[in-house]
Amino acid sequence: MPLLSLKTLSKRFDKTQAVTDVSLDVDRGEFFGLLGPSGCGKTTTLRMIAGLEKPDSGSIAFDGQDITSLPAERRGFGMVFQNYALFPHLNVSENVAFGLRARHRPKSEIHDRVKAALELVQLPGYEKRRVDELSGGQQQRVAIARAIAIEPALLLFDEPLSNLDVTLREETRSELRELVARLGLTAVYVTHDQEEAFALCDRISVMAGGRILQTGRPRDLYEHPVQLSVARFLGRNNLIKVMRLSSSKAELGEFKTLDGGHTIRIRVDDKDLVPLNQPCILAIRPEHVVLTNSDEKNENALAAIVREIDFAGATSSVKLDANGLLLEALVLETNGLAAGDRCTAILPPDRISLLKDA
Amino acid sequence: MREPLPPNTFSLPSRARFTFSPRLSLWFIVAVVLLYGVIYPNLHVAVASLQQNGGWSLANYREVLSQNSVFESILASVGISILTVLFCAIVGIPLAFLFERFTFPARRLFATFAALPLVLPPLVGTVAFIFLCGESGILARLAQSVFHLERSPWSLRGWSAILLFHTYTMYPFFYMLTGAGLSRIDAALAEAGKSLGAGRARVLVRIILPQLTPSLIAAALLTFMTSMASFSAPLLFGGDVRVLTLEIYTARQRGDTTLALTETVILAVISLSALVFFQRYEGTRKFAAAALKGSTKKRRAITSGKSRVIAIAAGVVFSLLLVSPVATLVLVSLAREGSWTTQTLPAAYTIANYTKIFSDPRASEVVLNSLSMSAIAAIAAMLWSFCVAALIARKGRRHWKRLLSCLILVPWALPGTVVAVSLAEAYGRPSPLLGSFILVGTFWILPVVYFLRFMPLVVRAVQASMEQIDPALEEAAGSLGAHWWQKFSRVTLPLVWPGAIAGTLLAFVIALGEYVASVIVFVPTNRPVSIAIASELRDFNLGTAAAYGVVLMLIIGLVMMVATRLERLRA
Repeated sequence: MPLLSLKTLSKRFDKTQAVTDVSLDVDRGEFFGLLGPSGCGKTTTLRMIAGLEKPDSGSIAFDGQDITSLPAERRGFGMVFQNYALFPHLNVSENVAFGLRARHRPKSEIHDRVKAALELVQLPGYEKRRVDELSGGQQQRVAIARAIAIEPALLLFDEPLSNLDVTLREETRSELRELVARLGLTAVYVTHDQEEAFALCDRISVMAGGRILQTGRPRDLYEHPVQLSVARFLGRNNLIKVMRLSSSKAELGEFKTLDGGHTIRIRVDDKDLVPLNQPCILAIRPEHVVLTNSDEKNENALAAIVREIDFAGATSSVKLDANGLLLEALVLETNGLAAGDRCTAILPPDRISLLKDA
Repeated sequence: MREPLPPNTFSLPSRARFTFSPRLSLWFIVAVVLLYGVIYPNLHVAVASLQQNGGWSLANYREVLSQNSVFESILASVGISILTVLFCAIVGIPLAFLFERFTFPARRLFATFAALPLVLPPLVGTVAFIFLCGESGILARLAQSVFHLERSPWSLRGWSAILLFHTYTMYPFFYMLTGAGLSRIDAALAEAGKSLGAGRARVLVRIILPQLTPSLIAAALLTFMTSMASFSAPLLFGGDVRVLTLEIYTARQRGDTTLALTETVILAVISLSALVFFQRYEGTRKFAAAALKGSTKKRRAITSGKSRVIAIAAGVVFSLLLVSPVATLVLVSLAREGSWTTQTLPAAYTIANYTKIFSDPRASEVVLNSLSMSAIAAIAAMLWSFCVAALIARKGRRHWKRLLSCLILVPWALPGTVVAVSLAEAYGRPSPLLGSFILVGTFWILPVVYFLRFMPLVVRAVQASMEQIDPALEEAAGSLGAHWWQKFSRVTLPLVWPGAIAGTLLAFVIALGEYVASVIVFVPTNRPVSIAIASELRDFNLGTAAAYGVVLMLIIGLVMMVATRLERLRA
């Protein structure tokens, strides 16, 4: 049984439909991500889980109990806010102790728990500091300490790293992952940063326009996006407009590219097969495009001319023109290729995804 | 590692059980106060003005409007208010540009005194003006002795006198709001304009002024409303000029209740229409304050010789102008009664006027009356404001909140005369709301009037402080398990109280010198200071009147110092 289960949640604010029919399950001990561009409804979904917004319809169940209308203060979930929401009139230890005081815990226990929480976030000895004296990274740690001090049944993160600078963000990211794993907590993490979500989360729901587009493990999402918007949102992709050929009967589906008139074969399940002679889109990652000079016969080998090469440190991005079909290949070595050269671009069939929406 | 927390934080609510609902009781308190204080009295007056001989009719209005004197008083009130807005703008806006955009010696001197007229009770200010520039005031006497004139070279009477006084007391609205508006404008915008080739004048007209419009409209509204409600100046040196507030007062003194009621409704309607008109216009010209990075220099130093001299001179002259009425009051308060007859300055000085106030129980009682009544009103206003702010800060029910905000604004928008007359009429006889209890004539009528008049100020202060609190703080408290009372007492209250206390203190000091409404409903056994000042003045006890004024100003100054400290604490 999943620990947290959302069923067809919807939420409307005046004129904007923020969240539509969101359903997802989070297992015990899982680090779950909600990923999407700003305004996609991910934060609203998180706030409904936290009890800070009431869904218009749908239900939320936690550990088998329906908690849809349970107020936030009775859910016992810890939440780390985007701007940390540290109480400016309280010092570090008073901030961390807030939830324990609200539960009327004995003084000695509060003291011990605050100390332990601050040690966990590597801020021992900061008890008496004012929160506005702390750096952004330290404030962030206090916010996390405050949330874990109440031994939360579920830990919620609302873009907690977005206010930190890049190096600090990556450092904190790995510490956070380790901390959550060590405490055996279940977490729901909202972010618009794909890299962050991939690095942290066991599973991710990609959201756009208030809906969940696809849920899965980071690698699956990356390599096999099922929708155009997911493919677009998760890193760079060569999106190829194609039409399925009526003659294809083989195990591989046969597609004709609208630009360049190439024939591309990919492996497709019967159930996924799009209707004949209708435009659809294939996606392949730039790093999966193979460049070669040999004329060796290969599946999906397209003759191309190098348009431009952008050097980006470890990799180089090669822009190709295959008879009007523009492609990008990401390679570690350019092997002496230069703009204007002829070459062959191979699109390995198992690296190509067929996208659902056009 | 650690034992988990007990499950009291995680239990399902039982719907059947009766639970104390804080929100419902708040709505109840707020509804009752508004019904008794705002809705019923004003409706009562409106209904009464529409009735004659027991039936509905517009006859009262026909009669009233056919009287030339009433018609003239409406014209005078509106005319004076429009001119007041104009003059205050002419004085206040350039001063704001000079003192808020530039820095030079003497700038701080002026800035210190700029808001002085705002905290000066109107009656006290009027008295000071009479001593300073009245026919037998210091300036007139000075001119007489210098130029060897038989009679005073001018008289402090009529439109010009009222406008002079209004400009002195109300220019701070324009000065302060323009200054605040200027400081909000991003200097980079002006720089961008210049980089695009706009000259100084073009930048002013096309960039600065459009962004100032909301501030200017707000200032115009405040000035217009204050001027419409003005009473002391027309009373003491209006001469033949009859304004509406004065007409209502005299009609009531004569016992012509119908006339007073009808004029009250007319005054109320004009004031409320002005409020609606200005607010509608204000809504169309709102600019989102751009929070941009980078340093914006707020004030430029004036370094060139000539303009520096002019600026310094302006700073000194305007500071003197601001302080002189107050200085005059202090001077007169130290004059021996009867010693100031035809001389430029009083001839003999004494502190007898003060010892009288502090030793004569009948004299000191007046000060204590004002202090206690204002304190009751201010504390009630603070408690009330928390109720209102707690309701308005919550999500949902927007229509109710808008209605609530409007009703709270009503006593602020209505002139003090209107508030007092409507309460006096509604609760001057047995009423459906209070039964046989008659509020008028008891100790409580003045605290109630003060509360109603000045609670909107406190509500605004509390709301402004609450709006500055990040809503995520309360949510964080909620997610940590805090219930509504814990959220309020441990998060909201500690963050709001400096602003709330500052607003309460402001209401307190304004109530201390209240005269307009007091003069209509005060009880002879419980006179506030303002009434005492007016009666001392009538008996030509100028020194005592002035001493009362100075005592008031000292208390007000002291309280305001505490309030500014608190403001700083908040920032």
